[in-house]
Amino acid sequence: MKIKSYIILLALTSLLFACKKDNYDEPTSKLSGKLVYKGEAIGVETFQVPYELYQFGFGKVGPIGSSFAQDGSYSAVLFDGEYRLIIPNGQGPFIWKKTPGGSPDSMAISVKGNQVLDLDVTPYYMIKAPQIAASGGKANAAFKVEKIITDANAKNIENITLYINNTQFVSGGNNIGTATIAGSAITDPNNIVLSVTIPSITPAQNYVFARIGLKVAGVEDRIFSPLVKIQF
Amino acid sequence: MKKILSITIFTILLGMAGCKKDSEFLDVPPISVIPNDVAFSDPALVLSILGDLYNRQVDFSSLDNGWRSFADFSESFPSENGSYFLVTRTGWGYGEWAEWNYGYIRELNLFIQRDSASTALTDADKTAFMAEARFLRANYYFELVKRMGGVPLITSPLEYDPAKGDVSSIQIPRAKESDVYDFIISEAEAIKNQLPARADQKSRATKGAALAMEARAALYAGSIAKYGVATPQVSLPGGEVGIPAAKSAAYFTIALRAAQEIITGSAGAYKLYQSLPNLSENFATLFIDKSGVNLESIFVEDFRAGGAGRTHGFTINDQPYSFSDEGGDAGRLNPSLNLVQSFEKLDNTFAPIPSKDGAGNPIYYDNQEAIFAGRDARLAGTVLLPNGLFKGSRVDIWAGYLLADGSVFTSDEAGQLKKLPGTSVDVQVVGKDGPVNIEFRAQSGFYIRKYLDPTVGSGRRGRGSDVSFIRYRFGEVLLNAAEAAFELGQTAVAAGYINQVRARAGLTIPLTPAQITFDRIVNERRVELAFEGHTLYDKKRWRIAHIVWDGSPTGLPDLLSNLGSATKKSTQPWGLWPYKVHNPGNPNNGKWVFREVLPPVVSGTNRFQLGNYYSNINDDIISRNTKIIRQPNQ
Repeated sequence: MKIKSYIILLALTSLLFACKKDNYDEPTSKLSGKLVYKGEAIGVETFQVPYELYQFGFGKVGPIGSSFAQDGSYSAVLFDGEYRLIIPNGQGPFIWKKTPGGSPDSMAISVKGNQVLDLDVTPYYMIKAPQIAASGGKANAAFKVEKIITDANAKNIENITLYINNTQFVSGGNNIGTATIAGSAITDPNNIVLSVTIPSITPAQNYVFARIGLKVAGVEDRIFSPLVKIQF
Repeated sequence: MKKILSITIFTILLGMAGCKKDSEFLDVPPISVIPNDVAFSDPALVLSILGDLYNRQVDFSSLDNGWRSFADFSESFPSENGSYFLVTRTGWGYGEWAEWNYGYIRELNLFIQRDSASTALTDADKTAFMAEARFLRANYYFELVKRMGGVPLITSPLEYDPAKGDVSSIQIPRAKESDVYDFIISEAEAIKNQLPARADQKSRATKGAALAMEARAALYAGSIAKYGVATPQVSLPGGEVGIPAAKSAAYFTIALRAAQEIITGSAGAYKLYQSLPNLSENFATLFIDKSGVNLESIFVEDFRAGGAGRTHGFTINDQPYSFSDEGGDAGRLNPSLNLVQSFEKLDNTFAPIPSKDGAGNPIYYDNQEAIFAGRDARLAGTVLLPNGLFKGSRVDIWAGYLLADGSVFTSDEAGQLKKLPGTSVDVQVVGKDGPVNIEFRAQSGFYIRKYLDPTVGSGRRGRGSDVSFIRYRFGEVLLNAAEAAFELGQTAVAAGYINQVRARAGLTIPLTPAQITFDRIVNERRVELAFEGHTLYDKKRWRIAHIVWDGSPTGLPDLLSNLGSATKKSTQPWGLWPYKVHNPGNPNNGKWVFREVLPPVVSGTNRFQLGNYYSNINDDIISRNTKIIRQPNQ
């Protein structure tokens, strides 16, 4: 009996201690935004284009790393303070400004409360006016391609692919059907048409998600058009 | 009175004990630590230190790294529940394959410093030990440069002076990638004549090992210089990653010269292993035979069973399930059809394993082996084929009965008995080794043969296997020489070397110099050196990894086309499942048909990104030494 009461007492005491606040408050300021070019969102492949946030003054310096969602958006919950953001070299289907030494230039961000900050980048190309619809068991896409970078950094189109998938994640790694046109086969960039047969889906569903990905020669990440859900 | 006496005696005794000098009492030499001057006074002690340094060499795939180190890249299917991530993931993290053990390099540097400072050793011993340590250090730098590109080149132990409080003097920036390769080559040249030229010494450094390392390193550097042009993104402006194209010819020349030194016998009487009449058996035995007959292996990581030895579990993990020594422990490494079909036919042509005829109808075979007949002998030496022989038993790999109506009658439990339709007797309806989609069964339809130890007890956990892992061997030296000669335009020389390796495998029609192409060399290395830890590094140095593993699924048409092409896609491991025809009265009854199968677990694809070419140097390393430059594309 006596032992039992000790145990109860001990348990109660430990609960009391646990009530004490520990550590810091969790961060609450949300920094979010998306990749844009002249206000227009740039789609990328999910998890494939990383960005890194640095905060100095706390001992060792390492990045807070994450990656853009497929619609080009990002978000991070942070403590208030001064941050620097970079996109590592060779990442993303766009040009991120660099220092003269060749490393990615950082962008100073002062976080104080929730904040929306769009990142202006210059993509190699933009997919304009994409129209994707289903008809006759196929997903058909019509769109234009605009070359944005035309100076010495200009690059050719390697290919353009229409992807469809049964979930909302649509990319080269996640798809149930693709149709591709090589960059050399494009005669009129203002009128490109792609069409892919929709395969049977188990369990059956009467919609697919689709988007168009443009591969720039010598650049790893594709530029994607906005995601479209098409019924058939 | 008596009491007083005893107290007095006690006090006197106490006083006597206290008379010892403090220094004498406190300065007891520790018995668990051997001081440097003692350690470096006796060759046996030095050897034991060196033994530890040998043990800490790093290999990509190794028998004591576990079977999984052989399993990636779609060359095989991992038949173990805990390892399916290899085929469900969609690529590799940038940190994969990273290596950064400067603690090891420091100890090698300390060894070299202490060895040269030793006064008690004979000069001959000092030189010999020093050469071995320098070999180990160069070989480890080779491992680092393959994975990380240019790394800080530290060749003497760094000392931190706390009084100054400044660490910048020991923060060493990355050397150029070419500088690290140059270091390996110059070290090999410097030590090769200090090492014994003995073909019978395998587990310690020899002249042959130094030259084999030199040849391989120079070949890697040459191909990075030559093929790096195709991927200009994979380079850094300071040369920490990437080698200028102009240097390629010089490296290939070094590679050819170093390889030829071994081939001409100046490092010892190395030769291809040719001791058994059955060529497949001969090829499999090459990796098992540790006797003096084996003059092919040059430098190995050795093991020894019994008492004081060191063994590994490769045979335990990968032995056939149906006659495993260890119950449920077996069958993990299943070579893929992707690899199996890349073994050539004996007329030097490539063809898929013929499961269907031209019209798309299945081909009926009288026995399971017939479909693999007329192929490179290395196929059956590397892969345990259905009905293949190991330890005197035949593996039981077949996926079920194919009925007259074209349906499959099988079970999802290996070796299960069932009544066939229209019969009343229980018969086995699927092989005891599968293929069924259960771990440890041959889910690709194949088991591994290379390194599998036929010694009694090698499959038991209590004993393990002592088959050694061959790091450098003469066959690879010939292929290195052939590749270097090819890159230098000497196709006749290249053909001469590559044909020696092929003839040993039963491909007796020699390739003409005109037939030596880049694709041929790539495929020859793939089949000869399968599961020897070369796949990743070869694909990286030729800058074709991002094409071969492009992240898109491998469909059946992809699988069966472009055979023998260096850039053939291989992103998912396929299998080939044999079925027995059950159609009484039909002439095909009891015959065998085969079907290509993508194991259902395989949901991911191999996607090699440009950022994977050089493994990530983690943020901890960079924040400790800010002079380290980050890898490209990361």
